[in-house]
Amino acid sequence: MTTVTATTDTALPADWRDLLALTKPRVMTLVVFTGLCGMLAAPTAIHPVLGFTAILCIALGAGAAAALNMWYEADLDALMKRTAGRPLPAGRLDRQTALHFGVGLGVFSVLLMGLAANWLAAAVLAVSILFYVLVYTVWLKRRTPQNIVIGGAAGAFPPVIGWAAATGDVTLLPILLFALIFLWTPPHFWALSLFVRSDYAAAGVPMLPVVAGANATRRQIALYTLPMAAAAVAPWPLGLAGPLYGILAAALSLAFLVLALRVLANRASEPSGMKPEKQLFAYSILYLFAVFGALVVDRVAS
Amino acid sequence: MSDPRDEEIRRRQKARAVIMALLLGAFVILVYAITIAKMGMHR
Repeated sequence: MTTVTATTDTALPADWRDLLALTKPRVMTLVVFTGLCGMLAAPTAIHPVLGFTAILCIALGAGAAAALNMWYEADLDALMKRTAGRPLPAGRLDRQTALHFGVGLGVFSVLLMGLAANWLAAAVLAVSILFYVLVYTVWLKRRTPQNIVIGGAAGAFPPVIGWAAATGDVTLLPILLFALIFLWTPPHFWALSLFVRSDYAAAGVPMLPVVAGANATRRQIALYTLPMAAAAVAPWPLGLAGPLYGILAAALSLAFLVLALRVLANRASEPSGMKPEKQLFAYSILYLFAVFGALVVDRVAS
Repeated sequence: MSDPRDEEIRRRQKARAVIMALLLGAFVILVYAITIAKMGMHR
């Protein structure tokens, strides 16, 4: 019955809403926000039109990477409850359309970035798309529980791209912002993967809770939180941000650590008992928005 | 009586054509604005 529906639907022209869904718009908001903050934290002001275009390119590049991820992972998405309703596994879109859409959007975003801002920003954008698609999606995700650790680098590029678009170079602060997102990604995704573990296990994805168990994952979450907090606060003692940022980043990181310790203390093995994990996952999103927001507020205030 | 499937195809084609026209229009305006901004920077 499902097969018949899927075959019938794929013969129809793609609905624009399904093409939009391929870009994972909700994930894009965090990417756009961190990219914008990287740009606003830069010491050089960029022309508003060029700044807008650079942020648009970051959003389009993230959308392209997401579309290519969904194109490659359609078989995997079909096996997981969380992703089975996406346009490709649900049969509302054919894979070739998704591939063409992703490649076209990616090439367009890189070229527009190069022409509007500069080619360094365009090169970093291209690297981030290729890293997400080739290194994370194709190479690591199905092979190693370290998939999120190394693949997290792909999501850490936007503030570097925003900074590079404004200044034409990459200095220590954007590298620290990169490190912050890179170190934030494992606790963020592992908190999620703890309470959707059965989904990943069913799909055969070697996420850490599936391979090493819940308690080993909880230890890793707590361990990663320490260098993440250090990377968040580091711009203050290094003189790259003011005390306003430093105090806010320290307070937000402390709250993150408290939630990570509550996760560490939890021994539940069923999702119904994983309230601390769900709280940490929700807070981790707020945390990244707040830390990057604090950096911009600090820069404007000083 | 027209086939409901044909109607759905037409509806989707029309929606995509409208969105493509809007996107192309926005792109033309964006390129114009980028050109003006770049010319202003090199003055």
